[in-house]
Amino acid sequence: MFHRRLKEKGIEISLFLAAATTVVVLLFICIFLFRDGYLLFETSSFTGFITGSSWYTASTPPRFGILPLLFGSFLVTAGAIAIAVPLGVAAAIYISELASPKIADLLKPFIEILAGIPSVVYGFFGLVVLVPLVKDIFNIPTGQTALTGSIMLAMMALPTIISISEDSINAVPQALKEGSLALGSTQWQTIYKVTLPAALSGISAAVILGVGRAIGETMTVLMVTGNMAIIPGFPEGFLDPVRTMTATIALEMGEVPKGSPHFHALFAVGSVLFITTFIINMVADKIKRKYKLKEGL
Amino acid sequence: MDSRTTEKLAFGFLRACIWIVVAFVAILILYIVIQGYSIMSWEFLTEMPTNRMTEGGIYPALMGTAYLVGISMAVAIPLGVLSAIYLNEYAKESRSTWIIEMAINNLAGTPSVVFGLFGLALFVKYLAFNPSIISASLTLSLLILPVVIRTSKEALITVPQAHREASLALGVTKWKTISSIVLPEALPGIVTGIILSIGRVAGETAPIMFTGAAFFLPRLPDSVFSQFMALPYHLFIMATSGLNPMETRPIQYGTALVLLILVLLINSIAIVIRKHYRKKLHR
Repeated sequence: MFHRRLKEKGIEISLFLAAATTVVVLLFICIFLFRDGYLLFETSSFTGFITGSSWYTASTPPRFGILPLLFGSFLVTAGAIAIAVPLGVAAAIYISELASPKIADLLKPFIEILAGIPSVVYGFFGLVVLVPLVKDIFNIPTGQTALTGSIMLAMMALPTIISISEDSINAVPQALKEGSLALGSTQWQTIYKVTLPAALSGISAAVILGVGRAIGETMTVLMVTGNMAIIPGFPEGFLDPVRTMTATIALEMGEVPKGSPHFHALFAVGSVLFITTFIINMVADKIKRKYKLKEGL
Repeated sequence: MDSRTTEKLAFGFLRACIWIVVAFVAILILYIVIQGYSIMSWEFLTEMPTNRMTEGGIYPALMGTAYLVGISMAVAIPLGVLSAIYLNEYAKESRSTWIIEMAINNLAGTPSVVFGLFGLALFVKYLAFNPSIISASLTLSLLILPVVIRTSKEALITVPQAHREASLALGVTKWKTISSIVLPEALPGIVTGIILSIGRVAGETAPIMFTGAAFFLPRLPDSVFSQFMALPYHLFIMATSGLNPMETRPIQYGTALVLLILVLLINSIAIVIRKHYRKKLHR
């Protein structure tokens, strides 16, 4: 009996240790990222990094100002969200409120495929199809623009936005909708004035997670946004090439000598990116916990 | 405008939105299938790239991706499933459980390029595994771990509490109950999650860029400590670098098609398993 209890306890402890590895990994990411990023500030100033408006890695001395990259990321993400939120929420309403179960079953695999396509394939499709299209439509010298990135990122953020929005729409009590319909409202009035406001907090979690997805996406933006490290204008900057934080890391890490200031600068950019997504995740997590939503795709 | 007209317009807008999404998916797939179809052949899949990658096949990239998937899943599956068992069967509402769940959510939302940096700092540099299959696979296993945990946990939740209680009431120990009652019941759901994770691992590019993926390596790796070629990285390099990316477009379309078929196949297997399993449940 004693032996059996000991064995059970041993199993529980081993399982706990397995689950605890996730915490260890997260801690290690912080330590390793911040440590290599921090070493930048032995050769450059911290304020120069955070407030610097130029990213010239080849000049002497090199200038590692994160602002162009930060604004590049913000611009592309803002564009993506502006496209993906109306599209995604509308799609979620259609699937959960209008479509017959049969149609909904047909549509869902499309959303799953959208989530499953690798980002490099999106990037490639964007490069060979959307880039020339944007160039011709707006008659600009290059089609590799922030807008191109926004459109591709919007498509990639859709599965997250649709699945969580759908879940929060489904969570609205049926009685609430029926009450509205019984008062003589049309179905659309019910959706617009009752269902959507009731589902709003869940939809906001979907939007926040969509932002996180878009800001962290690498390969697609790397391939379609042109990668020019200049602070973009607003809104005309949408038709210029931009450079995001993620693309900078992916583009430059392969060429830098390990341990150089440039190497550490890329880790510092990575740290900023990590902190940004960490905050986004915590906020979304809080909302989801409060309204008991599922995790999403 | 009366409310009926507004409704018609609004529903028209909703319908248009869903059609945009569906059309986008359809166009993307059709475009890559049509463009990549002509180069597709047995030789394309089984031959080495030749003439500085302007001709030949994608065999080493295909095999590289297979190695990555194999090793990273070998690490992520046991770790992920065991974690999910702990969280669903043992964990109580406590501070430590909250911290673990917060860590999982954060890992799931951490950008893949950050995992790449982490893999570079920890596996390549600190543990001195150098750019290699093992560095890249371990990086990918950490990236996919939260997905495996979440999907496994969701599968475990669907097992009715009564089944556990019946077994416990017969005097069976908790672990024996989990291993012979709960796990077999949750298995199809867990397998579905694992299959979806495989699709994700096969397509990831950013985490392997600095941890071992090679530009051009016309042979298979000798050991887990060698560099390797991989399908997604191959597509990226061919499409963006080199003297004339236009010249090798057919190979790029072919690589994209192989990657797409691989991922779609994996996803459909997962969907079929889930559908089959759901039907069984409802009977």
